[in-house]
Amino acid sequence: MSNLGEVVLLECWASPFCMRVKIALAEKGVEYEARTEDLYGGKSDLLLTSNPIYKKVPVLLHNGKPLCESTVIVAYIDETWSSPPLLPASAYGRAQAKFWADFIDKKVFDAGYKIWICKGEVPETAKKDFIEILKQLEGALGEKDFFGGDSFGFLDIILIPLTSWFYSIEKFGGFEVKEECPKFSAWMNRCMQRENVVNALPDPKKVYEFVVRFRKMQGIE
Amino acid sequence: MEEVKLHGFWPSPFSHRVIWALKLKGVEYEYIEEDFPNKSELLLKYNPVHKKIPVLVHGGKPIAESLVILEYIEETWPHNPLLPTDAYHKAIARFWIQFGQGKDYFRSFFQESGEEQEKAAKEILEMLKILEEQGLGDKKFFGGDAINLVDIAHGWLPLWFETIQEAVGVKLMEPTTFPRLHAWMLNFVQVDVIKQNLPDRQKLFAHMKNLRDKFVAPTIV
Repeated sequence: MSNLGEVVLLECWASPFCMRVKIALAEKGVEYEARTEDLYGGKSDLLLTSNPIYKKVPVLLHNGKPLCESTVIVAYIDETWSSPPLLPASAYGRAQAKFWADFIDKKVFDAGYKIWICKGEVPETAKKDFIEILKQLEGALGEKDFFGGDSFGFLDIILIPLTSWFYSIEKFGGFEVKEECPKFSAWMNRCMQRENVVNALPDPKKVYEFVVRFRKMQGIE
Repeated sequence: MEEVKLHGFWPSPFSHRVIWALKLKGVEYEYIEEDFPNKSELLLKYNPVHKKIPVLVHGGKPIAESLVILEYIEETWPHNPLLPTDAYHKAIARFWIQFGQGKDYFRSFFQESGEEQEKAAKEILEMLKILEEQGLGDKKFFGGDAINLVDIAHGWLPLWFETIQEAVGVKLMEPTTFPRLHAWMLNFVQVDVIKQNLPDRQKLFAHMKNLRDKFVAPTIV
């Protein structure tokens, strides 16, 4: 598959949203230059000019033209480099995938955040809410191996990066995803068999160290 | 052609988005008015996750979330395109479709008072400024010479946001401070499909005022 020009990704290692783009590019065999933003330093000039509205990563620059927002970027990648397809073939299948991507974006990170940002004891409601969200996702998965069906696809790409933060959520929340949501955990394991996923996701313990440091900086510890 | 049905609610800007898209595509559909707060069994069956309208049902298969429905309509009935055809401009359109959507500050502005409302008002003004300057720019419509999904996504600003401002008693969008957005709003509601598919303004205001009064009513201890 041709690279179709120059591809640059502005990213940072801890961001699940950047991981989504990395996985999508890898699935398509696209070669790209990753430029890492310093989490604790200032934002690069290129980031500020490419994404003046949100000033956030990920930003994909294709032949110098910037694109922002991870789900928009992943859809762009799917449309620009056609093989293998990430979204389902039917319009209905694509609508279901986008519905669940919207659900994931509205719910998962925030529910996790409410747990790992807690000062003192984590309220039971926060844990319950998080687990309930995973259970709803288990419902969407059903008996399939992946959200996309037999093959790893768009929705798997949207969700799996968020799981690199689950170890931190579990530590602060005092529960384990594999006990509360075994089907979800099994899906996670299937995804982690894939080289492109393993290469894009950081060690969850490294994320935990980052969360601990972040909490200290916010004066929570 | 398979049957198309739309479950909606007359004051909802989200159901109107779907109505506008279907009308622009010339798609025949049956409209089912949901009698809130009594949600029909069908609605709960079709949208068990959010239990909300709009839900589009095509050949018996339900699709929920208005922005997801819009893309489904665009893909299923591709004549009279409502999104750019090239991947890059489509991605830019999707960025602007999502911009400012589902933000807490709109809910706060409508439901809160005092400091919380002022903070929300400030955030709304910032968002509108960016939408006007960078989203719309010098174009007549977000879609250029004709409306497209971006216009439809922000189509709640005329009428709905206007009546909300009236109900709350705070005017945020002055023609002098947002001249281009204001011109866009006037042009948007003149488009035939839009003009012919708007709720009655007085009825909508009464509905919004009623809701607003409930939100700010002092709680009886």
